Amino acid sequence: MAGKSEPITNQTTTILPNAGPVRIVLLLIALALLLVAPFYLYPIFVMKLLCFALFAAAFNLLLGYTGLLSFGHSAFFGGAAYFTAHAVKEWGWSPEFGILLGVAGAAGLGLIMGAIAIRRQGIYFAMITLALSQMFFFFCLQAGFTKGEDGIQSVPRGELFGFIDLSDATNMYYFVLGVFLLGMVIIWRIVNSPFGMILKSIRENESRATSLGYSVTRYKLTAFVMSAALTGLAGGIKSLVFQFATLTDVTWQMSGEVILMTLLGGIGTLIGPIFGAGIVVTLQNYLATSDFPVTIITGVVFMVCVLLFRRGLVGEFYASRLGRRLGFNPDN
Amino acid sequence: MNAHPVSKQDQPRVVLSARGLGKDFSGFTAVNNVDLDVQHARIHALIGPNGAGKTTVFNLLTKFLQPTRGKITLLGADITNMKPDRVARMGLVRSFQISAVFPHLTVLENVRVALQRPNNLATQFWLPMSALDRLNGRAEVLIDDLGLSEYRDTRASDLSYGRKRVLEIATTLALDPEVLLLDEPMAGMGREDVTLVADIIRDVARHRAVLMVEHNLSVVADICHHVTVLQRGEIIAEGDYDSVSQDPVVRSAYMGSEA
Repeated sequence: MAGKSEPITNQTTTILPNAGPVRIVLLLIALALLLVAPFYLYPIFVMKLLCFALFAAAFNLLLGYTGLLSFGHSAFFGGAAYFTAHAVKEWGWSPEFGILLGVAGAAGLGLIMGAIAIRRQGIYFAMITLALSQMFFFFCLQAGFTKGEDGIQSVPRGELFGFIDLSDATNMYYFVLGVFLLGMVIIWRIVNSPFGMILKSIRENESRATSLGYSVTRYKLTAFVMSAALTGLAGGIKSLVFQFATLTDVTWQMSGEVILMTLLGGIGTLIGPIFGAGIVVTLQNYLATSDFPVTIITGVVFMVCVLLFRRGLVGEFYASRLGRRLGFNPDN
Repeated sequence: MNAHPVSKQDQPRVVLSARGLGKDFSGFTAVNNVDLDVQHARIHALIGPNGAGKTTVFNLLTKFLQPTRGKITLLGADITNMKPDRVARMGLVRSFQISAVFPHLTVLENVRVALQRPNNLATQFWLPMSALDRLNGRAEVLIDDLGLSEYRDTRASDLSYGRKRVLEIATTLALDPEVLLLDEPMAGMGREDVTLVADIIRDVARHRAVLMVEHNLSVVADICHHVTVLQRGEIIAEGDYDSVSQDPVVRSAYMGSEA
């Protein structure tokens, strides 16, 4: 068509010529830091951080890339922790199969919850997921295998593939790091795949996607189950890291915490939830011994973040001049 | 568009029909007793004053709304109780009154999203994005045909209003639909864009059925073979543009004293 109707306003900052290599170097530095972290930091702390980072990243697959706000993800996180802990402790399963059971259990729960909630939109979707996860909470409180208020205690870490002793902190750390990286690679692949493109188009304009013949409900449900399964991966390893599974992980507060982490770091960015989880877990850890209530601090941090950095910390960095010049796309 | 020789026009035959179509919204009857026959290789206009129920009829035909009464047939199949995505897969594809593009995707990606499903590239979550590159050829042909080639890598949100509408038509055509429902395709466009889109629609309709809601009556007079006039949810006149525009009922109801 004739190219004179109106000029296109395109305020793209020029991307630096070596932006690609710079980003790869940044990624490698991050990997190197993760590899040496247990020598400088308390390994359990870093492992906890990795579990929550994966949890938040899995949650973000749904919120950031599909546009669905679930308020019931604690059911998948805590549920998987119970399944893994029970399989490993009571049935004597090896850790890798215990975790797989956790993943499958979380995916199954996700399928049930998703099938009920997925046709609802916005706040109704959030409320239904919250209600269903509360039902799961009471199930866990009453069911025999979860041991009620006590939870499943002293879960053995066992031997990975039958010969790697996970009671050794270093072995356990690298196992957790491996699972974390695997989870992140899976999320990255899903987001940047033909399927991810359809999810993005549904987030952008749902009726248009329907009118192009996409069964929007099915795509959303698939994303929901994937997010639940990856959350289960995080919950499963967490129960092996701490060697217990308790009610804390299935409470609605846990669902709220993961929303906080994701928003803090930046929804719709791959790295954001990791940073958000890092901040929240670090605050909790360092303030745990002080008299000052942690929730007030995290609340203030959250408020400041919402008021000043609406895209989250990483999201704001991507949208900044430097971020754009490095070729990060704040809209992805 | 390119799947067929451009030279000759197909023979008309009814592909989409509605009988006794009606829709009530909690006591209020938005559409009542509408009979429509949309024909292959014909452009059919649905006109009427604001609030006449034109968009509701569109929503009923595409199953975005479930009709309260009546029956809808597409290519011989009863679609009255089907879901909208199923209807779309059967070849009835609509556009929207408010331009419906995916704003953060580029022009190429917008067209590719439409091509992904018919080419079985929509569910693969394990493949890299580059798997979609094999749709580029087909997408680029459509983009070229509609004169958008220089905006191939522009984000849809950065396009002018007229080009967004053109992109929407390109996306719709990517599905190679049997029946196109266009909801005010020229609304808010400048004159040169109107001419361009009118030409595109006329070309498209050689081998497809087109049903369009349009307020621009000179366009309707120019390109539409058949006109149905709606008022308060009911059909008050039907026929070619000349006979409809002479109809005294239509003149008083729709065009008022101006006509």
